[in-house]
Amino acid sequence: MKVSKNIAISDAGLVFNPVTGESFSTNPIGMEIIQLIREGKSNKAISESMLARYTTDHSTFEKDFHDFTEVLRHFNLLEENEEKKA
Amino acid sequence: MKKRKLNIGVTGLNAIDSPGPGISVIRGLREAASFDVRIIGLSYESLEPGIYMHDVVDKTYQIPYPSAGTDMLLPRLEYIHEIEKLDVIIPNFDAELFPFIKLEHKLKAMGIHMFLPTLKQFEERQKVNLSSFGEKYGIHVPKCKILYDLATVHSLTSEFDFPVVVKGKFYDASIAYNIDQVRSYYNKISAKWGLPIIIQEFIHGTEFNVTGLGDGKGNTMAAVAMRKQYITDKGKAWGGISIADEKILGMTRKFLKNTKWRGGFELELMKNKDNELYLLEINPRLPAWIYLAVGVGQNIPEALVNLAIGNTVTPFKEYTIGKMFIRYSWDMIVDREEFEQISVYGEL
Repeated sequence: MKVSKNIAISDAGLVFNPVTGESFSTNPIGMEIIQLIREGKSNKAISESMLARYTTDHSTFEKDFHDFTEVLRHFNLLEENEEKKA
Repeated sequence: MKKRKLNIGVTGLNAIDSPGPGISVIRGLREAASFDVRIIGLSYESLEPGIYMHDVVDKTYQIPYPSAGTDMLLPRLEYIHEIEKLDVIIPNFDAELFPFIKLEHKLKAMGIHMFLPTLKQFEERQKVNLSSFGEKYGIHVPKCKILYDLATVHSLTSEFDFPVVVKGKFYDASIAYNIDQVRSYYNKISAKWGLPIIIQEFIHGTEFNVTGLGDGKGNTMAAVAMRKQYITDKGKAWGGISIADEKILGMTRKFLKNTKWRGGFELELMKNKDNELYLLEINPRLPAWIYLAVGVGQNIPEALVNLAIGNTVTPFKEYTIGKMFIRYSWDMIVDREEFEQISVYGEL
C-alpha cells in the first residue's frame, strides 16, 4: 500500500487531500505510521519499527495498525501498490 | 506607467446571508494589476449592504427590477452613464442577465462594455433545459422532469426513486422524500417563483463547485474548483477550500469547449460514491465566492473586464490548492441620512 498521490501532511498532524478538499487530523503515532508507509516500508518493517520504539505487544499493534489503515483507505488516503509487500 | 482608470458598474451588492457576488467581484477589481477602478454600485433595494460600504463602492445608483423590463432599465443606465461615464458593467444576478443581454448592443454603442453569455447559451443552460443540455454537450446530468401541473405529480413514483429534488425555475430547491412532500414544495416554490417546477433525481454524494471564465471561442481562460466546507441553511457556502480534482476541471474544460461559453460562470457538481460526476446547475455569472479564485491566483473579475474591453488576456493555467475562504458578517453603523438619500433620491 502507499499514501495516495499529493496527500499533504503537516507537522501538526493535519492530513489534507487536495483532490477532495477533505482534511483530517491524526496524532503523532498516526503521523509516524503514515510517514513509514510513505517511505515505502512494508507492513512487517512498520511493525518492527513501532514495536522497537513503543511499549506494546505485537498483536495489539497489528490490530491497531489494521484499524488505522482501514480508516485511511475509507477516506481514500491510501491506495494499493501493484505489487503488495509482505 | 500610470494604469488606466475604468468606471465599472457592478450589481449584486447584497452581501447578506445568501450573498450576491458584487462585493467579492469588486474586491477582485480593486486588486487588479492591469487597471485602476472607480466602482459604481447598481442596487435594487435600499438595504443592500454594499451601498454603505464606501471603501468598496464609490457611488451607488438604484436601478429598476429586471421584471420592469429593458424600457425602464435603459433610460436609467443612460442617466447613470451620463454622469459616471461607465466603461464596463458586470451584472451579477441570474434574473437580470436576460435584460442586460438584450441591451448589450445598445450599451456597447454608448461605450459600455459587458462580457456576457449569448442569449442562446443563457437559455439552453436554464434548469428546465438541463437534460437536453447534457445530451447535446455530452455532459452527465441528473434525470429531470418538468412539471406545469400539480395533477401530474403522481406519475413521479414510477419514474423516480425517492428522495427527489424539487426546484424552482430560478431559485429554491428542497428535497422531498415522498409524493406529499413533492406536492407541498411544488405549491410553496411555484407560489414564489412561478412555474414550471423541476423535479430532479437526487444524487447522493459530495458537492463541488467550479468558477471560471470562457472567452466565447471554446477556450478556458480561468477555472478554480472548490469544495464547500461550511454550508448555511440556505445551502450557501460560508467556507470552502480550493481543490485539485482533474476530473472536475476536465468537465469544466469540456463544458467551455463544447458550448463556447462567453463570460463568467459557476458549475454546481455532485460526485457520487462511484466517483461519477453530475452537473446539477450552471449559473451564468460569477459566484459569491469568486474572491477565493482571486486569492488563489486567478483574478477572474479582472480578466473578465479585460475581455470586455477587448484586451488580450492570457489564460490562467494554475492556482494554489488548499486555500480556504471563510465568510463573516459585520455590523456597519449607518447614518439615517444615508438611508434617506438612497431611498428617496436613488443615489448615494
